[in-house]
Amino acid sequence: MRTHRWLVPTLYIVFLMLPIYWLLNMSFKTTNEILGTFSLWPLDFTLDNYRKIFTDPTWYNGYLNSITYVVMNTVISVSVALPAAYAFSRYRFLGDKHLFFWLLTNRMAPPAVFALPFFQLYSAIGLFDTHIAVALAHCLFNIPLAVWILEGFMSAVPKELDETAYLDGYSFWRFFVKIFIPTVAAGIGVAAFFCFMYSWVELLLAKTLTSVAAKPIAATMTRTASTAGYELGLLAAAGTLTLVPGAFVIYFVRNYIAKGFALGRV
Amino acid sequence: MGIELRRVTKQLGSETHIYETNLVLESGEFNVLLGTTLSGKTTLMRLMAGLERPSSGEVWHNGENVTGLPVQKRNVAMVYQAFVNYPNFTVFDNIASPLRVARVQADEVRRRVEGIAELLKLTPILERLPNELSGGQQQRTALARALVKDAALVLLDEPLANLDYKLREELRDELPKLFQDTGATVVYATSEPLEALMLGGYTATLEQGRVVEYGPTVRLYRSPGSLASARVFSDPPINTAQVEKRGPIFFLTESVHWTAPAGFRDLADGHYTIGVRPHHLTIGGIDQGVVKVRARVLVAEISGSESIVHADVEGNLWVSESHGIHPFEVGDIAELFLHVGRCLYFDNDGSLIGHQADTASRDRPH
Repeated sequence: MRTHRWLVPTLYIVFLMLPIYWLLNMSFKTTNEILGTFSLWPLDFTLDNYRKIFTDPTWYNGYLNSITYVVMNTVISVSVALPAAYAFSRYRFLGDKHLFFWLLTNRMAPPAVFALPFFQLYSAIGLFDTHIAVALAHCLFNIPLAVWILEGFMSAVPKELDETAYLDGYSFWRFFVKIFIPTVAAGIGVAAFFCFMYSWVELLLAKTLTSVAAKPIAATMTRTASTAGYELGLLAAAGTLTLVPGAFVIYFVRNYIAKGFALGRV
Repeated sequence: MGIELRRVTKQLGSETHIYETNLVLESGEFNVLLGTTLSGKTTLMRLMAGLERPSSGEVWHNGENVTGLPVQKRNVAMVYQAFVNYPNFTVFDNIASPLRVARVQADEVRRRVEGIAELLKLTPILERLPNELSGGQQQRTALARALVKDAALVLLDEPLANLDYKLREELRDELPKLFQDTGATVVYATSEPLEALMLGGYTATLEQGRVVEYGPTVRLYRSPGSLASARVFSDPPINTAQVEKRGPIFFLTESVHWTAPAGFRDLADGHYTIGVRPHHLTIGGIDQGVVKVRARVLVAEISGSESIVHADVEGNLWVSESHGIHPFEVGDIAELFLHVGRCLYFDNDGSLIGHQADTASRDRPH
């Protein structure tokens, strides 16, 4: 028994990594090889798929568009959620608990429900096909999430910290920026991560609210049926690149996420 | 002048936390607020600091009405039971923070922080972050921050309660010395009568949101003005019983009685209440000025060199505290010495009639 302890985790990791490996594997193959033969590694290794993505503006603009609205959304969500979460964690006011719960219920509706109203509204006021349109639409889901996560982290900071700062002569804003925000930095990291990830993988709203100028990468990927048929290798390369930002962000917040789980807020 | 509460009350919803309180604390002195949990110590401090507004009444500080003044504008420092420091600042920056907010010159900040750090033995850890420190060091940092700004009012809310025994003793000895020369009015909340006695200065006894009595600590301990005050200021709890005075004799029961001590002879006949501190009800001891009572042992415990016996004494549940080890079994009959000369005598509404001053002066607490 003892000598086979490594077996289960190894199997688990193999199963987990298999689709990712297969995606990576495909991205270095030509479409002909993907369709014609079964091979565990690229027999005809090529970087053409990646080269195409990095040189063709319709491809790399997809990434730039996505990153633009995702970053916008993350910044807006976290900066709006910070004071809101502070209020929820520090003050008692009429209906505070109901309001807090109501925020969460926003996340219970499928995004599709909001696609039509957003589309009509944005078309009417000229926001259609802009980055900010998608960023604002995603706020509907991300702000409640960020408030929820940050409130947990902020409530873990004793109220006496605020009071000590006031007694020391700090004004509210000076305390908030110089002491409180660094104290809940882990929470901000976790909240930003989740906003980033949600906005990055959300497809429906992003697709509905854009056409050309702000078209996200995920939308570009679904339109790869060209005259030459399906370009599977290219699609795989695009998919691989889509994983990269998420992997980056998760690497930076990996320690904080464990803390978030411990607080029961992630 | 110091800090003064004028007809201050504090209500939260339908709950009254502080009943109407008038209190003038001696300035430049060590003032102890003594009371059990929920007696209102912390609320009183928060009212003094301005962290909470009184529901009615006024707070005056050095002859100035500061009732509505924001905390930032008052020269107040506070140390909490939980160790509160800015987690993202080093110890040095923590101590320096009130000075920096007040825009003190950088070299002056350095000089003052280093001086305080030396005093509180923080010099070797000035560059560390609070989370890397032991509880004692964290609380020293908080104390240093309170000291460095030369606040006129320093509030210490059970600052030693979360420390282990050794550190507590050590810091308790240092505390009064630290504030001695600052001229600050120090308010120290504690639930331990012994701590109040060790810190000295002045004490206010608190019970359920009311200040029962305020005065010099030792005076308050020796002759508490009321039974309520004596109850707060006694650990283990003070023993009480009804006695009847007939002529020159006090009767606990028909068989247990004693001659009224000097000063009580002219008291009108009738019923009174006596308060007997546990160490005035002993197993053996001096034979003078005592009455022997028979007691049935209910619980006997030995803590170090002290024996504490809970016993039924003529129908009263009393606690006795004596030096030395006296093993008893539950149900044993013990003979206890009741030091009648050191009893506190209260009339029926609970206010002190008097006690024997000459014996009291020899009376060392514990």
